[in-house]
Amino acid sequence: MEDFNWGFFLELLVSGVLIGLMYSLIALGFVLIYKSTDAINFAQGEFVMIAGIIVGASAASYGLPLWLAISLSVAFMVLFNVGLERTVLRPMIGRPIVAIIMATIGLAALLRGAGPFFFGAETRPLNLPIDDAPIIIGDHFIYLNPIHLLGAAAAVIFLLGFGWFFLKSRKGVAMRAVADSHQVSMAMGINVQRYFALAWVMAGVVAALGGVIWGSLLGVDTQLAIIGLKVFPVVILGGLDSIVGVIVGGIIVGVVENLAAGYLDPMVGGGTKDFTPYVLMILMLMFKPYGLFGKPIIERI
Amino acid sequence: MLNLNNIEVVYDNVILVLKGCSIEVPEGRITTVLGANGAGKTTTLKAISGLLKPERGAVTRGSIDLDGERIDLFEAHDIVKKGIVQVFEGRRVFVNLSADENLIAGGHIQSSAVMKQRKELVYGYFPRIAERRHVQAGYLSGGEQQMLAIGRALMSDPKIVLLDEPSLGLAPMIIEEIFGIISKLNKEQGVTVLLVEQNAALALAIADHGYVMENGAIVMDGPASELGENADIKEFYLGISEHGEKRSYRNVKHYRRRKRWLN
Repeated sequence: MEDFNWGFFLELLVSGVLIGLMYSLIALGFVLIYKSTDAINFAQGEFVMIAGIIVGASAASYGLPLWLAISLSVAFMVLFNVGLERTVLRPMIGRPIVAIIMATIGLAALLRGAGPFFFGAETRPLNLPIDDAPIIIGDHFIYLNPIHLLGAAAAVIFLLGFGWFFLKSRKGVAMRAVADSHQVSMAMGINVQRYFALAWVMAGVVAALGGVIWGSLLGVDTQLAIIGLKVFPVVILGGLDSIVGVIVGGIIVGVVENLAAGYLDPMVGGGTKDFTPYVLMILMLMFKPYGLFGKPIIERI
Repeated sequence: MLNLNNIEVVYDNVILVLKGCSIEVPEGRITTVLGANGAGKTTTLKAISGLLKPERGAVTRGSIDLDGERIDLFEAHDIVKKGIVQVFEGRRVFVNLSADENLIAGGHIQSSAVMKQRKELVYGYFPRIAERRHVQAGYLSGGEQQMLAIGRALMSDPKIVLLDEPSLGLAPMIIEEIFGIISKLNKEQGVTVLLVEQNAALALAIADHGYVMENGAIVMDGPASELGENADIKEFYLGISEHGEKRSYRNVKHYRRRKRWLN
């Protein structure tokens, strides 16, 4: 047997971590909403897609400068999510969780149609003003994609920022209180609906950023929404309500995917990358349903 | 002073829970509402603190006034700003937050400076919570949770605290400690208390004035000391019959007397 190629392994590992952090960013939007409103948002991938399409369309087709296109997309996501919270989700407060899930699934379908309807179905490039020549590190010749690096860095900044927000700031504590009990929070003088809106707004901003980063990697069209499906293995592995979990879950998914693509695909002819994260997810559900960092339900006996 | 003027509360547009209930809560006093399960005590408190709406209830008649201002149409978070805060039955601490964070959430409406002051005050009254401030609230004992729930309510610097069965499910020694603190808070901080209890003996011991609620209406009220001496209260709420014997359900007489209340 030939020698194990450490350079190849390291390259898969490192780029897996970077891609994983970019998954974390998408999953963060999902967790922000679940943490504070208890709603499971199946439309997070579509948020990312629509945000990406807006940037792509306004930059590539209408010739706006990139910073303006991105601000436009962020502004749109904020307004859209505030409107969404007010019109669709607020009347659902106190309804069974399945009703909210169905509403977000419907919303996902709507957005998947609305994207091409308003902006056309072609795939657009989204070019960030960075050099995309790979960065080569060390004598093992590890190739890194600069967009991966940028995406991972942005993800880390956002994740740390939100981590600080939830643990240390008063608003963050209030938000966790809202997640704990809506009724009691109300009785403590917390304007619960305002915090719901805030959670959706934060998820919208995160989605816009995700749309830019993933869009620059894959190009923007409706296929971008498929990224949203990766959210589920990430949050199930890490725990539905944990920001640390999102980081760790994202990294695990990214690395496993990359290793599968590197080592398993040549053996079986490809495709393992697409399902290995879900195999992990199912295993996790069997053995540790709250995920690695999720909060178990505390019950006093 | 908090006034409930003949209020009627309806759930789901059909279920009439409070049928014309009038209660007066004078400033600086402890007022108690006694009554059996399902009498409407908790609904009364929720009507005051504006928490009926999420349960699809509403005050359909009468009014609730705080110092002459009508508050029954306010949102829950505005009522807290007016200085009324409710401590829920069954403690209901934020189990995933630490004790300290529970207090921070309770002081949501305060500025940072006031928050610090209030925290010190709460930790002063509840040294046990101060010791365990970094423990996740879900892992506190029942008594500690009840103390935390009261402390959390005090964070908003309330004029009036609505206490819903603080004795529920706690050991007698802890109950005594908690009632002692409530009484102390009332005397030292001038906090007005509206106390809802099933444990009539305890409640009457610390209250100034008492109301008896049955079936959604107030059937009797008076100074706590007088209520404690009332034969009906003794028999139905304190479990002592007129002659000091154990109550027997064979004795039809007390049913008749109860009927008189319900008219």
